[in-house]
Amino acid sequence: MSGVTDYPVLDPALAPPFPAAALPVLRNVQLRKNVAHAIDVIQAKRGKLVAEKTDWQELRTAAAAIKDETLENLGGYLEQFEERCTAAGGHVHWAADAAEARRIILEILREAGTNEVIKIKTMTAAEIQLNPFLEAAGVRAYETDLAEIILQLGRGEPSHIVVPALHVNRAQVREIFARTMGLPDLSDDPKGLTEAARNYLRQKFLEVPTAISGANFLVAETGGVAIVESEGNGRMCLTLPRTMITLAGIEKVVPRFQDLEVMLQLLARSATGERMNPYTSLWTGVVPGDGPQNFHVVLLDNGRSSILGRKTERQTLRCIRCAACMNTCPVYRQTGGHAYGSVYPGPIGAILTPQLEQLRHAQSLPFASSLCGACYEVCPVKINIPEILIDLRARVTDQERHTVGKFFDPLYVGLRVANVIFSQAWLFHFAQWAGRIGAKLVTRRDGWIHALPSVGAKWTQTRDLRGLPKQTFHEWWRERKTAGRQVGGSASQRVGDAVGGRETK
Amino acid sequence: MSGSMRASLFITCYNDTLYPETGRAVVRLLERLGVEVEFRAGQTCCGQMHANTGFRGEAFSQAKRLVRLYADAEAVVVPSSSCVAMMRDQYPGLFEELGNEALRKDFRALLPRVWELSEFLIDKLGVEDVGAYFPHRVTYHASCHGLRALRLGDRPFRLLNKVRGLELVPLKNLDRCCGFGGTFSVKNGDVSSAMLTVKLEDVLATGAEFCTALDNSCLMHLGGAMHREYAPMKTIHMAQILASTQEKPAEVVG
Repeated sequence: MSGVTDYPVLDPALAPPFPAAALPVLRNVQLRKNVAHAIDVIQAKRGKLVAEKTDWQELRTAAAAIKDETLENLGGYLEQFEERCTAAGGHVHWAADAAEARRIILEILREAGTNEVIKIKTMTAAEIQLNPFLEAAGVRAYETDLAEIILQLGRGEPSHIVVPALHVNRAQVREIFARTMGLPDLSDDPKGLTEAARNYLRQKFLEVPTAISGANFLVAETGGVAIVESEGNGRMCLTLPRTMITLAGIEKVVPRFQDLEVMLQLLARSATGERMNPYTSLWTGVVPGDGPQNFHVVLLDNGRSSILGRKTERQTLRCIRCAACMNTCPVYRQTGGHAYGSVYPGPIGAILTPQLEQLRHAQSLPFASSLCGACYEVCPVKINIPEILIDLRARVTDQERHTVGKFFDPLYVGLRVANVIFSQAWLFHFAQWAGRIGAKLVTRRDGWIHALPSVGAKWTQTRDLRGLPKQTFHEWWRERKTAGRQVGGSASQRVGDAVGGRETK
Repeated sequence: MSGSMRASLFITCYNDTLYPETGRAVVRLLERLGVEVEFRAGQTCCGQMHANTGFRGEAFSQAKRLVRLYADAEAVVVPSSSCVAMMRDQYPGLFEELGNEALRKDFRALLPRVWELSEFLIDKLGVEDVGAYFPHRVTYHASCHGLRALRLGDRPFRLLNKVRGLELVPLKNLDRCCGFGGTFSVKNGDVSSAMLTVKLEDVLATGAEFCTALDNSCLMHLGGAMHREYAPMKTIHMAQILASTQEKPAEVVG
């Protein structure tokens, strides 16, 4: 998909590995400040509202169960959705991959006889790189979500799935609006900025006859679609146009209308720290004389069904895209979203993207985590992200370890050697002895190592390492035992203490 | 508290090699509390480093070794939360996938007898006041594995609060990772360092003399940066604080 636009698109196939992609962000002090400030605000709101729910853990368990039940019989629920949606006057399309979904959407737009479309914020459309595709096909897509407008006008990329322009601050928004809307005198107060966006949007809402949305939930029982939003632009897109296209990942379906009771409570609190979203829209098929009269749902697989077969990884498809995991992630806090090279950043992106790519791309993402577990703690559908990260690491390693590049990679060599060493205590003890001699070469007079070679250099770029002690623990223990026997009886402690004290610098 | 309690110390590979003073402190502490400590010389590693780097087969062989080594142990005490978390969270999956029924049975029998140090003191021995004396300003860093995998909760604080002379300074953003993450610290060295910088700001802002934890891995990370930056603070494993008495103060190395 590259080449059709003049701006970069988040594409896992083209993205550099995470450690390299993170570098420019780590150097960008302003961006890191923007990210940390924004997620602190959301996190604080979330924390307060989660704390007031006495049944939060029960809700999480219920949501996980609903999603698991759905995934257990996904095909059945999707067919039920198709049947009910069609009965209500909608058209349901099945897209195996991004290319098919793009083609279906373009055909619908062509049939509607339009070369313009307004869009409700949808990360799924970003996943299939819909905008650059439509642009190349001569269709102009207008984003209507404030954050998406900022990115579209500023030629930027989303760095967060709920707040896509999280990395952009107010002054930067003013600059983008002033430049692209021809408003040199625009101030940077929130009122002025939203006013500018409103004027820009109102015209589009009234003129453009087609709209594209994503979906937060598809309800199998009713054939209905639900979206939640904060600004009301989505509501405009759902009422004014004549043709409406909803693009939804196949995992978005829930069995019953009643399930929304659980899901909506969790989603609003987790995503934006609100008891309820300002706008929750639900619609089913077509209502004569009210809203779009031509309604299409495109069900997107694009790698999702390949995740179903693996028990641990299947949890990934429970995700309701609340972004709580990235808001709490200490890695995301430092790198923001772009380093993940995908529209799905943060911990969920680190497991979702490589799986959607079926491990052909984004192999560095499962390693982009310190496995601190904060994401699992907040996940409203209890996805054990660390567990899946570790599973994916094993799959990536299995794939890579015998390639020439990785076979001789110092870290891989080190891990193979370490495995041999750990297989026998005497080998381990020998390695400790050898290590102690080797360490002498790099230990400074202060007793610390300030520079290590090879992989170790990545450690010593910012941290020292205390030099190896003169005696390992097991050596001390052995000495203490021997001494204890010589003294006689069990009173070995005295001797042990004396031995232990000696190496204290 | 029974005087006949026996505990086998699993020191862990990196503590054995890099932080023997922590092991000595565990021995001293437990013996003072009347526990008979044994140490099995055959021990090496729990397999965490391999498991977390994607070397599943290797991790399995180390895990198998460990389970066999301690099959008949009365209690296994580990002064490292992340190694205990490895056993609780990852061994079941490894043995399910790669092990046989006999191994799974041995593991199921062993697991309830594996204790992280603070769990052993509070839950098994039922002591909070271990008779320690450590007259210093100390801040406690909750390692991610201790906090979220083992759910140690207030155990570390209950132990530290009973240490005579110790002034405990609360740490801001207690639940935030220090950025170590094992091989993450070198595979993603730059991101890890950025996380460390943020954590260190909070740790140093406490103005404590010591930063303590139940994991020497986090302390190696934090301490490494403290030393690099000439920070007026040292790291010390909690076992050393708890072992410390007026007659024999803690060994402070480095």
